[in-house]
Amino acid sequence: MRSRIESLLENYTHSKRDSLIPILQQIQDDLGYLSEEAVVLVGKHLSMPTSQIYGLATFYNQFRFEPKGKYHVQVCHGTACHVLGAQSILSLLEKMLKIKEGQTSRDGQFSLQVMSCIGACAHAPAIAINGKFYGKLTQERLKEVIEELRQQ
Amino acid sequence: MQLNIEVNGKELQVRRDETILSALLRNGIRVPTLCSIKGLSPNGACRICVVEVEGKAGLVPSCSHPVEEGMKIKTHSPRVVKARRTILELLLSNHPDDCLYCERNENCELQDLAVELNIRERRISGKKGKHRLDLSSPGVVRDPAKCILCGRCIRICDEVQGVSTLEFVNRGSRTVVGTAMNRDLNFSSCISCGQCVMVCPTGALHERSNLDDVLDALNNPHQKVVVQYGPSVSVSLAEEFGIKAGKDINGVINAALRKMGFSYIFDTTFGADVAILESAMGLKKRIETNQFLPMFSSCCPAWIKYAEQFKPEILPLISTCKSPQQIMGSIIKSFFAPAEGINPNGIYSVAIMPCVAKKFEAQREEMTQKAISDVDAVITTRELARLIRLYGIDIHSIEPQQPDSPLGMRSSAGKLFGASGGATEGIFRTLHYYITGKEMQQPKIADLRSNGGIKEVEVKIGNKKLTAILVSGMGNLRALLDSVAAGEIKAHFIEVMACPGGCVNGGGQPFGSSEKDVKARTKSIYEIDEVETIKVAHKNPMVTDMYERFLEAPGSDLSKKYLHTRYTKRDVLM
Amino acid sequence: MDQHTNQIDLEFFTKLLNAPDPIAASFSQDVALDKYRRLKITKPVIYVGLTSSSEVAGAFDTYSEVQHYLTETGVDADIITVGSLGLCSFEPMIDVQLPGKCRIVFQQVSPEMVSPILDGALNNYIPTEYALGQYRQAIHQPWPGVPYMDEISFFHNQRRLLLQNCGVIDPQNIHDYLSRGGYTAFAQVLRKHTHEAVCHIVEQSKLRGRGGGGYPTAKKWLMALHAAADQKYFICNADESDPGAFMDRLLMESDPHRVIEGLAIGAYAIGASKAIIYTRNRYRLTVERLEKALAQAYRYGLLGHNILDSGYNLDVVLRKGPGAYVCGEETALIRSLEGKRGMPESKPPYPAEKGLFGKPTVINNIETLANIPTIIQKGGEWFAAIGTATSTGTKIFSVAGKINSTCLVEVPMGTPLSKVVELAGGVPNGRKLKAVQIGGASGGCAVPENMNVPIDFEALADVGLSMGSGGVTVLDDTVCMIDMVKFFMNFIQKESCGKCIPCRDGSRRMLEILENITRRPVNENGHNTLERFKGVIHLESLAEVMRDTSLCGLGQTAPNPVLSTLKHFREEYEEHIFDRKCRAGVCRDLRTFYIDVEKCTGCTACARKCPSNAIIGTPRSSYFIIEDKCIGCGVCQDVCKFSAVFFK
Repeated sequence: MRSRIESLLENYTHSKRDSLIPILQQIQDDLGYLSEEAVVLVGKHLSMPTSQIYGLATFYNQFRFEPKGKYHVQVCHGTACHVLGAQSILSLLEKMLKIKEGQTSRDGQFSLQVMSCIGACAHAPAIAINGKFYGKLTQERLKEVIEELRQQ
Repeated sequence: MQLNIEVNGKELQVRRDETILSALLRNGIRVPTLCSIKGLSPNGACRICVVEVEGKAGLVPSCSHPVEEGMKIKTHSPRVVKARRTILELLLSNHPDDCLYCERNENCELQDLAVELNIRERRISGKKGKHRLDLSSPGVVRDPAKCILCGRCIRICDEVQGVSTLEFVNRGSRTVVGTAMNRDLNFSSCISCGQCVMVCPTGALHERSNLDDVLDALNNPHQKVVVQYGPSVSVSLAEEFGIKAGKDINGVINAALRKMGFSYIFDTTFGADVAILESAMGLKKRIETNQFLPMFSSCCPAWIKYAEQFKPEILPLISTCKSPQQIMGSIIKSFFAPAEGINPNGIYSVAIMPCVAKKFEAQREEMTQKAISDVDAVITTRELARLIRLYGIDIHSIEPQQPDSPLGMRSSAGKLFGASGGATEGIFRTLHYYITGKEMQQPKIADLRSNGGIKEVEVKIGNKKLTAILVSGMGNLRALLDSVAAGEIKAHFIEVMACPGGCVNGGGQPFGSSEKDVKARTKSIYEIDEVETIKVAHKNPMVTDMYERFLEAPGSDLSKKYLHTRYTKRDVLM
Repeated sequence: MDQHTNQIDLEFFTKLLNAPDPIAASFSQDVALDKYRRLKITKPVIYVGLTSSSEVAGAFDTYSEVQHYLTETGVDADIITVGSLGLCSFEPMIDVQLPGKCRIVFQQVSPEMVSPILDGALNNYIPTEYALGQYRQAIHQPWPGVPYMDEISFFHNQRRLLLQNCGVIDPQNIHDYLSRGGYTAFAQVLRKHTHEAVCHIVEQSKLRGRGGGGYPTAKKWLMALHAAADQKYFICNADESDPGAFMDRLLMESDPHRVIEGLAIGAYAIGASKAIIYTRNRYRLTVERLEKALAQAYRYGLLGHNILDSGYNLDVVLRKGPGAYVCGEETALIRSLEGKRGMPESKPPYPAEKGLFGKPTVINNIETLANIPTIIQKGGEWFAAIGTATSTGTKIFSVAGKINSTCLVEVPMGTPLSKVVELAGGVPNGRKLKAVQIGGASGGCAVPENMNVPIDFEALADVGLSMGSGGVTVLDDTVCMIDMVKFFMNFIQKESCGKCIPCRDGSRRMLEILENITRRPVNENGHNTLERFKGVIHLESLAEVMRDTSLCGLGQTAPNPVLSTLKHFREEYEEHIFDRKCRAGVCRDLRTFYIDVEKCTGCTACARKCPSNAIIGTPRSSYFIIEDKCIGCGVCQDVCKFSAVFFK
């Protein structure tokens, strides 16, 4: 882990604070989340206090401090999705996966996240699982999709 | 350049480039503020200082908005007052209603503001945030439930102290002031300087009180309670009781403490005198051997923690001499107690300090001998004031008294420890004697009297030119330490005080004091030096007596055992 | 993409752009350009619309299916990726162009439909039910029975200046843009105009910022141009994040070079040598297309050092915002670029004086910049003639919600709002239009009486609305307005940066008040009820203070949905508060359930599941719900196998 972060940081020699977000993005893309170790190493690299890195990372939606589930479920909650039933989709997911928004299930299978708007309002309500989208989702279809994943 | 503005129907001439708030204040027009604080960048977060400006759609924050020619401002229009009140009510809707039990009761900017804006009813209510009280640090307690997110602590920790332990964490209504990875304060990079406590407008940050421990000890018939108070306490306490800032009430403190039942009352200045002798001897040896230079001062525990965390490679350069508080503690239990025929175990040693970090220092494991702490409890100047009130003592009418002997005797050199540069001045007076064998003709070294920041001073001792660097406030320290580590600094002695201006402005001093008050305290210390007769530490007869009877000489093996310590690298999230 | 960066092509376009008058040169080169416009083709071309919207409809599967079809059948054809025509509800879409025939557009092409449609089209037979229309191309033979695109009322009634290339050209191929006059405006500017002159053309056009504020673009530019500094920055705000708005994303994905050209002209106008596009990390396709487009622009010497031998240097970098709505606010966006928490700062100083790294900085929204090339090409006066006196040009709206066709439309300013809804096909299922929410979380509601308001910054403000960035959500009578406002307030409460008190705590308290009035009063004591009433009284005054005192635009406009619905739907609030009823049946807690005696078989399933023991009866005869005990959870309805449970 450490050596991977260090080699990522090699791409950012002579970088200043304005590279902080791209660096964290790259680390998260690579590791799936930001570990404490990563925060410390980035702080050393940019000569920045870790508190400020942590403060920054907790400000933005993208950054997370624990790994995603094997299936990362993202629910769009834009206006169109809301009007067309995103709330019940979310409630159903929470009920089925027994986790709340922002959590990862204990077995590490599922994690659930709400997105503000994915811009596919024509196909509302929509969710994405590991980047694959499901549009015009009904409760029944959602149950099927989750069941299929559970079977795998 | 002047601009003309109109405020509440009155013409005013104001300076170009100043903010509305500064223009108003200079002209005696009061606008309430909350997040704004002198010396730090305005952040316009609290919106309490909003005013109405003709032609602007919304209300304007006076703290950050510059004046403009022809501006027409209303500071207390119905719209403004309603907005201010609503904002405050919003804050209060998320605030615990426990003012009676709060550390800052009657000394709280939020409370004052609620009075000023005449909030008499809970109009807005709702769910309150759930927060955990952080009691992990021996110095500073964090009570996020009372935090109003003004960000003052964050700004002072970052902009003034350069420690940056605190930062906003999360977003929106979930925002809190937190540390890296949400660690408890004790496991963070906090150096316990307490400057955040000084600027916190509410009880969200306060010192960990040790008053109950002290009271228990006072009430315990089997314990002798010995007390010492730091050099700057006597010039700071007065403000707590409405006396003019800077008034030296040394004798009054002695009398009050005696009245409370403390068995022995000593002056930490005695310990400072001892520290001067030890440090001067150590510095002399380092200069002679040209090793471990520059020597760093060791009297400020916040600075020590800072070095242990941020720059462990310079630890060998720090004077090994304990701080005056710990020297006193050690002498009380190892010298004074046996001499008086008291079992050290039966002594409860209390220190009254202008400082929060001293609480941390007292519980360092290096500061114990055979499992007995040198100092058992540390209380701040503020806590002393509370103790005095608790005992119903009228400061104004009590007759001043002398401290106890022998550890109550002091030179004025030790007293200087209360101000930035003072420790250096005291040490150099004695160093002069150690190096040349002669006293200085004029002990006052005015150049060494610093107003904060970084100052480099050259002092001539005999035919030697010695360089001292004075640092107070940790903000500019990092660059200096880097240069020292790189071997680029040729100085002989570097004095570091964590709080800007030194202990007179310490984290344990009275709340709400102005810059002027702090200056008055400093002035008072130097005035004491002017009028007192013993101006050098090595002429304190009780100190020399103590060496003769106990430690032999400064720098001896015995003094190393009792008066010196070691430092270790600390792993914290920085 | 090697074929796109062929040396001959590069030389051809470089020569064109280096002409003394590049705009005129481009018009005169029609014949040479036809090749790049794919007007002359030698083998069939299949166009697949791939955007972040069509992706959700399965367009990538359709794309693979087309590939698969061609390999299977051995047909020699090109597959070209295009963007979106704006007709999102009809996605996935593919176009087929045969040599000599007009390009024809097919709609709703699911992977299963690829084979039948291509089977037909490649063999000159059109499955007309899937054909949307064909492009009018004089030199080509039209398909019988298929309308021309420009005859379709959806397109006919728009004025597509910004969207003209969207869904038509390949966004990943700079030739597509260049061959349609792309970058000639930038070349012209470099060749002929001073910084000042460019600002003046834009000033003449009276272009106003499309991000929501409506600030005159030229005014910002001139301020930055006249600010003395060794370095200036130009930033394109591509962090569109208003929920329910997607015009900027589709524009960037469908015609990225238009935005880049606008950005380059803007940067030149203020004398900036560094420009940044700040988009969102999550917009994968947007990022991909912008990255590709930037690389191509560099390769063609349109960015970088000494552009087109003019001596002007411009570096453009793409930065991926890690997700915070508030970063749409200029000062917050700047903080984010500096590697800080995106918390807005007080203005003044304005970014045009003191922005990124303390240097003069202009920040313009995507749509604003997309207008610039056209303004340069056709002149400020030409542009100013479109729209109304104070709001010139066109505006793109993304229309979504309870609407027949979720789409992007571009109409001239001054067009009545009703027209936008009409273009999107109106409200579905014969329901009644209740309101149109414009401007997203910071906007307001237009009620049917206001539907004829012209789209114009001032006219909208007169009826208490704001243009916003262009998100339009259509609401019918199945939508509860309180629920809608609650949704927006929840969004604001999550997205507020947390810096200033009125926004941070105000949004939170307002949300709680709204939650309180939509919550069922069971198990409430008198205190709760009182709190609820008190809360509602304060809703309006809180909203006013929030608007008056918040630090940035987010907080200042956040109460708009509340204020607007209080104005137009006060009776709905009162129903929720006093009658404890939600007429749309959306607020779950306020529903009262009943059992239809005709349908109930007395199976006891509902009675056993009811968490509040509100259902009584004798097995095998009809059950009843005790209204006072019912908490409105709806479990009974879920478990009833006979659809006997209903709510009012």
